[in-house]
Amino acid sequence: MLREAPPANWWAGPGVPGGSLAAGSVPALFRVLHCPPPKQEVREASPTVSPGDTSVLAGVYGPAEVKVSKEIFNKATLEVILRPKIGLPGVAEKSRERLIRNTCEAVVLGTLHPRTSITVVLQVISDAGSLLACCLNAACMALVDAGVPMRALFCGVTCALNSDGTLVLDPTAKQEKEARAVLTFALDSVERKLLMSTTKGLYSDAELQQCLAAAQAASQHIFRFYRESLQRRYSKS
Amino acid sequence: MAEAVGVAAESLAGDRARAARTVLDQVVLPGEELLLPEQEDAEGPGGAGERPLRLNAGTRSRGRVVCGPGLRRCGDRLLVTKCGRLRHKEPGGSSGGGVYWVDSQQKRYVPVKGDHVIGIVTAKSGDIFKVDVGGSEPASLSYLAFEGATKRNRPNVQVGDLIYGQFVVANKDMEPEMVCIDSCGRASGMGVIGQDGLLFKVTLGLIRKLLAPDCEILQEVGKLYPLEIVFGMNGRIWVKAKTIQQTLILANILEACEHMTADQRKQIFSRLAES
Repeated sequence: MLREAPPANWWAGPGVPGGSLAAGSVPALFRVLHCPPPKQEVREASPTVSPGDTSVLAGVYGPAEVKVSKEIFNKATLEVILRPKIGLPGVAEKSRERLIRNTCEAVVLGTLHPRTSITVVLQVISDAGSLLACCLNAACMALVDAGVPMRALFCGVTCALNSDGTLVLDPTAKQEKEARAVLTFALDSVERKLLMSTTKGLYSDAELQQCLAAAQAASQHIFRFYRESLQRRYSKS
Repeated sequence: MAEAVGVAAESLAGDRARAARTVLDQVVLPGEELLLPEQEDAEGPGGAGERPLRLNAGTRSRGRVVCGPGLRRCGDRLLVTKCGRLRHKEPGGSSGGGVYWVDSQQKRYVPVKGDHVIGIVTAKSGDIFKVDVGGSEPASLSYLAFEGATKRNRPNVQVGDLIYGQFVVANKDMEPEMVCIDSCGRASGMGVIGQDGLLFKVTLGLIRKLLAPDCEILQEVGKLYPLEIVFGMNGRIWVKAKTIQQTLILANILEACEHMTADQRKQIFSRLAES
C-alpha cells in the first residue's frame, strides 16, 4: 500500500525551491533558537520558524501552583494557551489548544508532579502555513527546555495532498488552501508512533498511509534537529 | 502495510539503547534508553535479548545503581526523562554501580529532602510561617524550628524576611516543611538572613556548579572582595559585600559566568583584579 519513496520534491518547502527540511525549516528553527532571551520570567522562550516563516513563541511555566478548581490529585494539570497574532482566541485556537494539550499529555509524566500546573503558552508570531505542526514543535522544545519530565519527544508534521495526488510536506498557506486534503500528525521520538492526527478534506486510506510514512520519515529530520540544537545549548559549561 | 512496519522498525533501530558508559557527560534527550554496564556485558550493545535488569544486584560484586534526577526505571529499562548531560558518580568501595543522573539547566525548583534553600516569608499564621521557595506550593516553617526558640521565646521573623533553611519533609504528595536547625538543635548557619545584601535568581544548574567542591569560580570571587554569600539549591543567591557597587559587581559576575568558558572567566577575573 505504501509507495517506496515519495516524489523527489516532496519536501520542497516555500522559499526554498526544491529545498530539503535540513535546508529549509530547520536552520531557520535553529537560528532563532540559538538566542533565546535569557533573562525572562518565562522559563523558556523558543520561537521556532518553519519554511516561509511560520513562527511561534513558546513558554512553559511549571510545575507551578494550581487553582483549586483545576487541581488533579494524582497528576499535573496541563494547560495550553494559544494566542493568535491579532485579536482574541476563537474556536479555531481552542480546537488547536486541545489537540496540542492532548499530545503533550501523552508524553509528559504528569504523575511525578501531582497537584501542580504545567502551562504552555504559545504566541503565534507569523502564520505562513503548517501552523499546528509548528506549534507542536515549539511546545516540545519549550517543555524539554523547562525540564518537564517526559517519556519521549514529539514533533508535528503537516502534509498536503494536491488534487493530482502529489504530496507536499510542510505546505505554505497558499498550498494548504489549494490542497485537496491537509493532514497534520504528531509523532513520538521513541517508536515514531502517532500521538495525534487531524485532517481536513478528502483522501483515501492509501493516501493516509502514504502521508503517515512521509511524516515518519520527516520526523527523523526534526528529531535530529532537536538533538543538534540541544547539544549546542549544553555545549557551554 | 508491511512496508509501514518496516519503516517503523528501521527508525527504531536508529536510536536503540546506548550504553550508559559511552554517553557519560554527553547530552541525553527524553525517551532515550540506557544500558547499564552489567546489561552491556550480558547483551552486548546491539543485543536484543530480554534479560531482566538487576539494578539491585545484592549477591553480585557490582554495587547498587541509583537513578538520580532525570532518569526513570520502567520495568527492567532505564529511561531518560529530562534533557541534559548524563553524570555518574562512582560509589566509595566496590566497582560498578554508583549514581547516575541528568544535569539539566532548568529554572523551576522542585523541593528535595535535605536541600538547603533560601525562602521568602509570605505569611505568618499562628505557629507556622509560610515560606516561598520557588516550588509549586509554599513550604511551612514552624516557629519552634529555630535555634534557641521556645514557646515563650519566639524568633523575630517578619513577612518578607529571607530564610536560609533545610527541607525535612519534601515529597510530591505532601506540603514541604523547612527547619532552620540541624539534628543537634544548632543553627549551623541557617536562620533569618540579615537586612542588607542582594537576592537574585539563577538556574539550578549554576547553583550546583558553584557548590561543587572543586569550583574555581568561588575561589576567584573570594579573592576579589571580602563578601558574604548564601547559595540556595532553589536557584537563589544572596550576596553582600562592603559597598552596594561591589555587591552588584559580584552579582553580575555570578550571573554571567554560567555561559562562559573557563578561559573567558579567567580573563574577566584578571581584568577585575586589575581595576
